[in-house]
Amino acid sequence: MEFTLKTFIFYGFALMTIASALVVVTVRNIVHAAFSLMVTLFGVAGLYVFLQADFLAATQVIVYVGGILVLILFGVMMTSGHFEITTHVKSHAERWQILLGGVVSLALLMLLLTVIANTPAWKNLTDDGTELPPTTERIGELILNGQFLLPFEVVSVLLLVALIGAALISRKEVRD
Amino acid sequence: MSDFRALFASPNFNISESFLPNINLQNQLNWAEEFIQNVVIPRLPEAVASHFPVEIGTVLVMFACAGIFVGLVPLLPLVLVLAERKVSARFQNRTGPMRVGPWGTLQTLADGVKLIFKEDFIPPQGDKFLFLLAPYIIFACSFAVFAAIPFSQGILVSDFNIGIFYIMAISSVIVMGVIMAGWSSNSKWSLLGSLRSAAQIVSYEIPLGLSILTVVMLVESLSMQEIVASQSNGVFSWLIFRTPFAFIAFFIFFISSIAEVNRTPFDLPEAESEIVAGFHTEYSGMRFALFFIAEYANMFAVSAIAVTLFLGGWEGVLPGYDILGGFPGFVIKSLALVFLMMWLRWTLPRLRVDQLMNLCWKYFIPIAFFNILGTGIWGLIFPEDTLISTAISCAIIYIGLIAAYKVAGRGLAQRPAPQPS
Repeated sequence: MEFTLKTFIFYGFALMTIASALVVVTVRNIVHAAFSLMVTLFGVAGLYVFLQADFLAATQVIVYVGGILVLILFGVMMTSGHFEITTHVKSHAERWQILLGGVVSLALLMLLLTVIANTPAWKNLTDDGTELPPTTERIGELILNGQFLLPFEVVSVLLLVALIGAALISRKEVRD
Repeated sequence: MSDFRALFASPNFNISESFLPNINLQNQLNWAEEFIQNVVIPRLPEAVASHFPVEIGTVLVMFACAGIFVGLVPLLPLVLVLAERKVSARFQNRTGPMRVGPWGTLQTLADGVKLIFKEDFIPPQGDKFLFLLAPYIIFACSFAVFAAIPFSQGILVSDFNIGIFYIMAISSVIVMGVIMAGWSSNSKWSLLGSLRSAAQIVSYEIPLGLSILTVVMLVESLSMQEIVASQSNGVFSWLIFRTPFAFIAFFIFFISSIAEVNRTPFDLPEAESEIVAGFHTEYSGMRFALFFIAEYANMFAVSAIAVTLFLGGWEGVLPGYDILGGFPGFVIKSLALVFLMMWLRWTLPRLRVDQLMNLCWKYFIPIAFFNILGTGIWGLIFPEDTLISTAISCAIIYIGLIAAYKVAGRGLAQRPAPQPS
């Protein structure tokens, strides 16, 4: 295999993603886990860049790092003064949780491995060896003009419903 | 329009471009690799040459570009901090710093030296690792934004295909640094400040993004250079005058930007009278200076983005001429917006938190959505940007401004006079 600068940076990103993901699941402190998740999400964005998906990479950073992760941290800081999760006694239920969690993770891992094995080629070049054209325009065409119009609209209605629901729940009762 | 341009166009008029260096990263990368391929490798011994990594040139140029920006951009806060102090002084009928250097011009340098030699205090009860990391995240993200800003035709690091979207992504990460700083300090002022800041920045990102979308709809590109290129026909082709909706979008963008950089009237995260200094209360010495530099660099960055999106970027006032164009023009326009920010800071009082959220969610976001709808309809009516569409747009803006002035004036006149207490 040719070892170029790109492969070097790619392995850097891959290592960063995996190592920080391991920290996320092993560390006791929730806030540390959240900040470690930030590194993981950045690593995944970097991998998207390597697949020539620049728009997706920026979306990943905006949505996950700038939005969801901030909300997670907000929740953690607002709700509890103790950031350590410590369990002293392993109850009966907890053993079942570990077992079920393990089964689900293994199933997901198998699913992902199957997908990876069945994907014909991880292409970041077109067939004649040039780089792929920028994706933004094609994504826009497909979503607003093409075959994914209906799913796009359904998802936006779903989000609207979630938004209205959140406003309804958090709204103060106004008596008149 | 093109005849008009040809009339005024003069090939030798573009003075600023010829004197300034060209640091477009994409051009330099090819140059560096060719240099290594043709000059360095033939002179190496046979065994080394076949394995010599050509990309080392790329890496060196990347570091050089980063070095130029990280080296030069901090000079900006150096000037802006002094400007802020002088402006505030003039607003309050004082003189500001006068002792160090002529008219106090070296005051910031003296402050910088003082900050470097101050004790680097780390709260013993805090989270040491995150406490040390937080300033770097904010600093790095503030500077990464500059990579996509086109200062002129040739002075930009890279013309990303997703330019403006990249800027939004990177600047949304700054919140993480703020939260990290606030939490790891283990101080209630810091935590409160960082939570306020996070709520504010996350909220104001929505009208900010939506008003950027107005521009993207008009230009049909996310690339910063293409956005500038679409405004090359003089002052009336600047996007702010192109449609009345873009005019509204500019003000939403600018006000949201002020909220994004936590400045008065949106400075709740750093409200001195309530929570000391907000998220950076516990920082001292050089780490505090990093926050300070990042804040002023951010201020310039959002102004530069506003100029690029709405005020013609590095394009001049007249087509073909270089008046207010090129690198100097771009900097002058950006600094004018920075001055506007300072002006607002020393004029307006701080908003309450409910006013802050009302302004964002009840006014800016609906208006921004209305803008997008309006821009779409405008695009259907005027598919091409013509003289007629610009004239109609400017007329609507003019009438709208007069109407707004009359309505606001009536509101002020009806307000009861303040009663002596």
